[in-house]
Amino acid sequence: MKVPYKWLLDYVDLDKDIREVADALTLSGSKVEEVEEFGREISRGVTGKIIKREKHPDADKLQVCQVDVKDEVIQIVTGATNIKEGDIVPVALHGSTLPGGIKIKRGKLRGVESNGMMCSEFELGIANEDSVHGIMILPEDTPIGVDVKDVLGLTGGVIDFEITSNRPDCFGVYGIAREAAATFKAALKPVETSFKEDEDTIRNYLSVEIQDPLCRRYIAKMIKNVKVGPSPEWMKQRLEEAGVRSINNIVDITNYVMLELGQPMHAFDYRYIDGKKIIVRRAEDNERFITLDGVERSLDSSMLVIADGAKAVGIAGVMGGQNSEVKDDTNTIVFEIANFNGSNIRITSKKLGLRTEASTRFEKDIDPNLAEIAMKRACHLVELIGAGEVVGGVIDVYPKRLEPHRLEVSPEWINSFLGTDVEVSRMKEILESLEMKVEGEEILKIEVPTFRQDVRIKEDIAEEIARIYGYNNIPSVKIKGEAVEAIKTTEQKLIETVKNTMVSSGLYEGITYSFTSPKVFDSIRLKEDDPLRKAVVISNPLGEDFSIMRTTGIPSMMEVLGRNYARGIKEAGIFEIARVYLPQDDILPDERDRLVIGMYGNVDFYSLKGVIENLLSVLGVDRVDFESEGENPTFHPGRCARLMVRRKPAGFLGEVHPDVSENYGFEDERVYVAEIDLKTIFEASRLERKYRALPKFPSVTRDIAMLISDDVTVGEIENVIMRAGRELIESIKLFDVYKGKQIPEGLKSVAYSIVYRKENGTLKDEEVNRVHEKIVKALSEKLKAQLR
Amino acid sequence: MREQLEKIKIEALEEVGKASNSQELDEVRVKYLGKKGLLTSILRGMGSLSPEERPVIGKTANEVREEIEGALEEAKRKIKDREKNIRLSQEKIDVTMPGRANVIGGLHPVTKVLDEIREIFFGMGFSVAEGPEVELDYYNFEALNIPKNHPARDEQDTFYINDRVVLRTQTSPVQVRTMEKTKPPIRVIVPGKVYRSDASDATHSPIFFQIEGLVVDKGITMANLKGTLDTFAKRFFGEKTKTKFRPHHFPFTEPSCEVDVSCFVCGGDGCRVCKGSGWVEILGGGMVHPDVLRAGGIDPEVYSGFAFGMGLDRIVMAKYGIDDIRLLYENDVRFLKQF
Ligand SMILES: [Zn+2]
Repeated sequence: MKVPYKWLLDYVDLDKDIREVADALTLSGSKVEEVEEFGREISRGVTGKIIKREKHPDADKLQVCQVDVKDEVIQIVTGATNIKEGDIVPVALHGSTLPGGIKIKRGKLRGVESNGMMCSEFELGIANEDSVHGIMILPEDTPIGVDVKDVLGLTGGVIDFEITSNRPDCFGVYGIAREAAATFKAALKPVETSFKEDEDTIRNYLSVEIQDPLCRRYIAKMIKNVKVGPSPEWMKQRLEEAGVRSINNIVDITNYVMLELGQPMHAFDYRYIDGKKIIVRRAEDNERFITLDGVERSLDSSMLVIADGAKAVGIAGVMGGQNSEVKDDTNTIVFEIANFNGSNIRITSKKLGLRTEASTRFEKDIDPNLAEIAMKRACHLVELIGAGEVVGGVIDVYPKRLEPHRLEVSPEWINSFLGTDVEVSRMKEILESLEMKVEGEEILKIEVPTFRQDVRIKEDIAEEIARIYGYNNIPSVKIKGEAVEAIKTTEQKLIETVKNTMVSSGLYEGITYSFTSPKVFDSIRLKEDDPLRKAVVISNPLGEDFSIMRTTGIPSMMEVLGRNYARGIKEAGIFEIARVYLPQDDILPDERDRLVIGMYGNVDFYSLKGVIENLLSVLGVDRVDFESEGENPTFHPGRCARLMVRRKPAGFLGEVHPDVSENYGFEDERVYVAEIDLKTIFEASRLERKYRALPKFPSVTRDIAMLISDDVTVGEIENVIMRAGRELIESIKLFDVYKGKQIPEGLKSVAYSIVYRKENGTLKDEEVNRVHEKIVKALSEKLKAQLR
Repeated sequence: MREQLEKIKIEALEEVGKASNSQELDEVRVKYLGKKGLLTSILRGMGSLSPEERPVIGKTANEVREEIEGALEEAKRKIKDREKNIRLSQEKIDVTMPGRANVIGGLHPVTKVLDEIREIFFGMGFSVAEGPEVELDYYNFEALNIPKNHPARDEQDTFYINDRVVLRTQTSPVQVRTMEKTKPPIRVIVPGKVYRSDASDATHSPIFFQIEGLVVDKGITMANLKGTLDTFAKRFFGEKTKTKFRPHHFPFTEPSCEVDVSCFVCGGDGCRVCKGSGWVEILGGGMVHPDVLRAGGIDPEVYSGFAFGMGLDRIVMAKYGIDDIRLLYENDVRFLKQF
């Protein structure tokens, strides 16, 4: 909310710079968004009188002027044509600055010395360029040699506050003045509300009925012999500074009161009120109504309207109607000051897409007791600017008066809660400066004014004291008491291990959006009935592309890889701990973290598998199997493995199906991804390690080479070797797989190094031979291997 | 025989001197000391000597043997040294060629900053708590003193799944979840993804990261909130960092504050990051509202607590000078490789 500084000073004496005030108010709880300081960019500008004007000897278009600036007479050369001797003008002296960072310096124009510049309104920053007509001519009675900022009213400024939803009382200049008074320990001055009224009474002309409790109060007052016209300059200027356009004196008064006290109000032209009555009621469903801005709106029965005997004349708390608008020839008006349920106004304004100065205030629940003083203030202003005559009497329908809230709190508790040592007298002083009534010493008995509905409990009182006392005066103290030991859960440790292992495998961590498009299921070729297609759906998404919570991390990874590829990046290896959200019977989905790995460029299936094998080994996951998987539609049917951990499926890895990689913009590039459920592998993880004594006896290594059918997997061969030789095998290592020349079609050559060792003695040749032959036999019998 | 031995010795030493590599040296050794070597065969002939002569000749023979062996050893060492030096001089490599390192990847900048913050709080006794991202309206709003139709709901543009379920707009719902599960003393931070329905641009992202903090115990004061956040600010932004606590309003804390730190880019002189003010707003917090404590099953007459929350993305961006939040979620490897 924009608060003109001079307006603020009407209610509190602050002998301070505007910025100092803004900073102090920010620290006491009224957050300043911006300070606009008038004339801040103007320095060394004075008024001067042109005492002589001559033509430039060498330039037809220039004039040489002698200007009296009181202390001296200076010569200025100008190109302006609108000046004459005797004019009083703003003069920027040598060394002065003007808006836009312009600096004025002494100089010569076509050989004639010029000691400054006479300024236009544009140059002073008080007019737009298109309205410039030469140099600004000041009124004849303007004193010379004085600061132009004072003459032009370029002092003070406007402070723009961010008002939080709990402080509707600060939505007016007066509320900010109250805060300033408390902050600076200054006196808050009362609002001038006196006015005269005639002997007549409004009751002869109008009645008011509230039909719905959403309206808490309705005050009406009449003004007759209204003379609609422009407002006085001071009022116009204040409104403009506060960001409100001046319309006419009546409308301006309503806006002035709203800006000053935070209470919106409305003026109806009495002649358009049918049946001499005002009814506050719910709108009919589909009731049509044209608001002041000329827009026809469709209302519904959740909305509150102000109506007369025949029709609606305003949408309560939002905007008045065109049908009862104050016009140039209006003679009699009705001022409405009402109070409405805030959330109802908020919903109405939202439904209509119509936010007004009035609705932003009403929706925060204004104090109904503010209505009375606001009405008096409005009548005072009518009289002050001679806009009409106030008719006697008032209609004030106020079914349930809001009483002040009372509470008790001990100063000792406040200090122990804040960790401060504030004197009781200072506490009372603070609360009283905020217009609370306080009694007692040991226990403070506090009566909270009704405009502070946000103060209900003792913690609220603590806050009031803390903020005026100054948050920065509260000491900074480490937490005492029982030491609390920070611990990491196993899962947190494991996640860290996963990330570190991925990094040491050369992968970069990515983070992607958790919501995605339902179309991604087609992009990764999921079958129509795939359960992964069942996702948590966002009811108000930013667009279809962001409308479901992901059930797999592969599409976001493909998108990331595709984006990198499209940007000409030749190779990429990325991992993400991607959360997926799987709908389940519970109201909330099952949220699971997945390790998603993606890579392309200079890699193959085994690069990806190696990363995963390393991870499983670091995590101490046992009973791991990679099973050939030909059914997963996202992957190459011959190059995909299902990861099994302790016989439970833990995820997939493989080369992405070419149709899928094409969907993500890849051309002739093999892409590899894996998605692994972290919970499943964490359950099988054992991070503790046990020491096993180093071997005391030597090992024996034998190589074995065989020709075997191409269909037999290395996994199967290893199973047979391990089973047959378990008693003596320490380790086996695949060292060659070969297909091609010299190898018959359909076969491959496979070679292993087998290390044998006995724990309790040196191996004898016979022992090794026996086991080795057992292996050879098993290979040829079970896998039809031909040993070479 | 003595003369023979003397002759062998002289010849042998001469040949040792002539040998120019280990192979030649080996040949010399075999020739004199080998099984069929000259010295050996002389010694074999000792049987024909008289008992008186035998020990004398034997002694001489041994002396000759030792001398030859010594010379051989010495020569061998020299030759080896020479050979080693030759090899070393031939093996010069270009040390400016690139190394054969394992490729090391890197963590996302958000993770790096999060880890750093987590470490700081870990040192102050804060564990990490977690909660769901698809969250009940109850925990995200109602338990935090934000009933239906509360204006604060408009300020946080919420993604709804249905009437009862939202995408959490803040990490704060984990406050009440934690209190329900844990008895005081509670000291946790809660990092995580949060969601607001803001269209994405250079400064907004519909998904971003927050870190929440919660402390509940007997006798926790607002001064403790300041002490904790001051310590954090100094450890994270540097010892010279100053903090400024400003009153603010949050429905779930009372009193509430916003905290500015002296600009960690310019040190307070004013720059682009702090928009010239010398201060950067980094977090909000306050004393946990008694209604929130009650919602968590904790008696506000016995316990008190404080909570705070900060946006991680903004801190990451300021720390590394990243000017567009979207870069954090695009995952261009040329970006990711910089951290
Ligand atoms: Zn800065």
